[in-house]
Amino acid sequence: MEFSTLAPVRFGFGLSPRQTPPASPDEILAALRGPDLLAQRWPGLTTQEALQMRDEFLRLRKAEAQNVPGATEDFKRQRQAIDRSNVGGLQIALARAVEDPTGMRERLHAFWRNHFTVRAKRTPEAPLATAHGEALRPEITGSFPALLRASTLHPMMLIYLDQIASFGPDSKRAKKRPDLKLGLNENLARELMELHTLGVGGSYTQDDVRQLAELLTGLRVMAEEGTTFAPDFAEPGAETVLGHAYGGDPAKMADIVQVLTALALHPDTSRHIATKLAVHFVGPEPDPALTGAMSEAYLGAKGQLLPVYEVLLTHPAAQGGGFLKVRQPFDYIATGVRAMGFDGKAVMAFNGPQIRRHAFKPLRDMGQRWLGAPAPNGWPEAAEEWISPQQLAARINWALKAPAGLQAKLPEPADFARAALGPRLSDLVAQAVPRSESRPEAAALVLASAEMNRR
Amino acid sequence: MLSRRFFLQGAAIAGCSAAAHPFMSSVTLAAVPGEQRLVVIILRGAMDGLDIVQPYGDPLLAQLRPDFPVGPDKGATDLDGFFALHPAMAELMPLWKTGELGFAHAVSTPYRDKRSHFDGQDMLEAGTGMDVPLSMVRDGWLNRLLQQMPGARAETAYSVGDDELKILSGSAAALSWAPDASLILSSQGRTLLDMIYHDDPLFRQAASEAMQITDGGDNAEDGTTDPDSPDLMAEPMMAAPADGMAAPGAPAPLKGAVGAAASLADFAASRLRGETRIAAFSLNGWDTHRGQEAAIRGPATQLAAMVTTLRQQLGPVWDKTLVLGMTEFGRTARQNGTRGTDHGTGGAMLMAGGALKGRKVYGKWPGLADADLYAGRDLMPTADIRAYAGWALRGMYGVPVDVLEKSIFPGLDIGADPRFLA
Repeated sequence: MEFSTLAPVRFGFGLSPRQTPPASPDEILAALRGPDLLAQRWPGLTTQEALQMRDEFLRLRKAEAQNVPGATEDFKRQRQAIDRSNVGGLQIALARAVEDPTGMRERLHAFWRNHFTVRAKRTPEAPLATAHGEALRPEITGSFPALLRASTLHPMMLIYLDQIASFGPDSKRAKKRPDLKLGLNENLARELMELHTLGVGGSYTQDDVRQLAELLTGLRVMAEEGTTFAPDFAEPGAETVLGHAYGGDPAKMADIVQVLTALALHPDTSRHIATKLAVHFVGPEPDPALTGAMSEAYLGAKGQLLPVYEVLLTHPAAQGGGFLKVRQPFDYIATGVRAMGFDGKAVMAFNGPQIRRHAFKPLRDMGQRWLGAPAPNGWPEAAEEWISPQQLAARINWALKAPAGLQAKLPEPADFARAALGPRLSDLVAQAVPRSESRPEAAALVLASAEMNRR
Repeated sequence: MLSRRFFLQGAAIAGCSAAAHPFMSSVTLAAVPGEQRLVVIILRGAMDGLDIVQPYGDPLLAQLRPDFPVGPDKGATDLDGFFALHPAMAELMPLWKTGELGFAHAVSTPYRDKRSHFDGQDMLEAGTGMDVPLSMVRDGWLNRLLQQMPGARAETAYSVGDDELKILSGSAAALSWAPDASLILSSQGRTLLDMIYHDDPLFRQAASEAMQITDGGDNAEDGTTDPDSPDLMAEPMMAAPADGMAAPGAPAPLKGAVGAAASLADFAASRLRGETRIAAFSLNGWDTHRGQEAAIRGPATQLAAMVTTLRQQLGPVWDKTLVLGMTEFGRTARQNGTRGTDHGTGGAMLMAGGALKGRKVYGKWPGLADADLYAGRDLMPTADIRAYAGWALRGMYGVPVDVLEKSIFPGLDIGADPRFLA
């Protein structure tokens, strides 16, 4: 298969009538090595801004409870602002995906956001969930140790996996206030090893979870400065994780950074990350030669990610194998919007109701609530998980409604089919499209086709 | 509560696990010979058996959990002088008194030490031993049972249009309903879709089933959500979180969550009154790392509502029914530093139904002293939870012990019959 046929499907968001697909892996790698132009053009919410929005929400909620004049209206406005920022985060992600000439950076961003799944359980945290994804972005073409730091030490992760409530049982703080019975919570420590680094098959034990949980104590989230380290909250003494001792007195943030780096560079992590990337991009049962080569590249480059991506883009085992996967709903909608001929600027110009009706709500109906994975292990990979009867019905309905709702100017149906599917246009679809009884249905057939959904 | 419509995914045994699906509100239904009914509820997130069935007679419990309400003095209902039932499940006490409710304590799957929800749930659904790599565990014990029974059939019913297991997750809200199940295609469009999906079985089958159900459809539920409402995302997030990690003082789950749990049980009951003999579905929300006193109330209330609904809706069939509520593992014996509990090992199983010899907490009690705990932290499992499921299949459907140990629960040592069937 030509690389220009493979790449938009396996590594990008399909074809756009406005762009030529990448002809070689070098083109994609050059884009990844270059500056993050799309984040510059459409910057996302910063952690600072998200913390302010949370703070303001909490302040106004309190004011409302105290019956401060005008607070009810202000509180309602703040709630709406948070909701808009959530939908706005989706709009930016969609614009970037539609605009990205190779698509790979945006596909990687979605992959890593999911690898480090967070979910806002309370309204004021929603902007932090958006900001967490933005904080990962500069690191996804850098090194995994830096990416792991950006994720783990972000306020949203500390909140989501309960780290903010975990205290050293023998910390100064716990001893000063025995009435509060402050102590450990293992949630973040466990998921760090099970999901984010070593993988569940990795060589860690319950003792390592416990020791890591002790080592992580002291991390706090403050209203203004975000993540900080409070030695008084930390468990005194050294902790042993995977056979190495970390920390000691006084406890410091550097100890935590050190253990994160060690976890990141562990061989189990290299295998876990290599396999996860290959399963996500290539297929359910990746060739061990591919994952082995990716894992080697990872270790050889001390967790630098570009060499790993290079193997993924160039290895013979990643070139064939058929399109056995199904685009996840965000990927599917971005691919469809791109095929309709929109660019990023046009996506940013969609109004609120358009984004809600044709992206935010359909995502949920297709089974992928925006930033709403139900558990820390993120969204499933298997094709069958995404194509139940009602999930497929949601995709078909989207294909019927979105072109009109977004006011797409589509060419003649047969031309649209050729432009959207390129060399993958099957005889069945080519024959069905002209037999449709209306243009909207003809376009919907193209957008709902298995070729459009598969990758 | 809105009436929910379910539809059936083919008569074939689906490729993925026939046990309840983690992301969907789905019910797996099987028709097998005989009149006995088995209902399996997978309690996802690791139910704290020590909180639901509290061994308050052991003074160590209150010491291990100084901030938890423990025992009848704090609102639980005494069962047998040693164990007490969590207050949120008090509505089940009449069933206890008539012998239609019981428990097995200190049970677990053979899964040990890593304490991962996701692997733990795989084990429970798969029912395999640790002799196969977890990555290879895919099919479920129910699938394997059906393969052993001539004339058995299985099907999966999904709630229409709502993908996540929100109705059971505690974060359900009327606003979350997304029953966008109508297909607005013309009949020609349907014909053409049939045609273009012809070569892709996954899409072909899903589309044909979607069309089947939407053909029959009243679409009365459409329009219950307004996509332009600014509170669309805000409201569900304000409700109790899906995985039960509620902050102290978080609001109790909405009435809607309990109602939705009941409606799922109601649907299962309607099928069990017909040809269905085995039904499996899930209840989320048991992962109570923080503020457990508030967080466990939601799923416990929903579980009680499911059992109550089954009791009411099964009518005379209840006498032939056994309900098993199974979870992937228990939680730490000690409360953690955030008034919750972390992942543990031994836990409890709920049993109910007219086919049960209830009013008893089955199992060998291991004790709560430091030396009695598993790895010094968890309730020591003294029985394999799969042995209970095995004895149920033996007693209700006559499945031979060697088939149970070799084919249905590979690696299981089924042990002595606990004799919990009436």
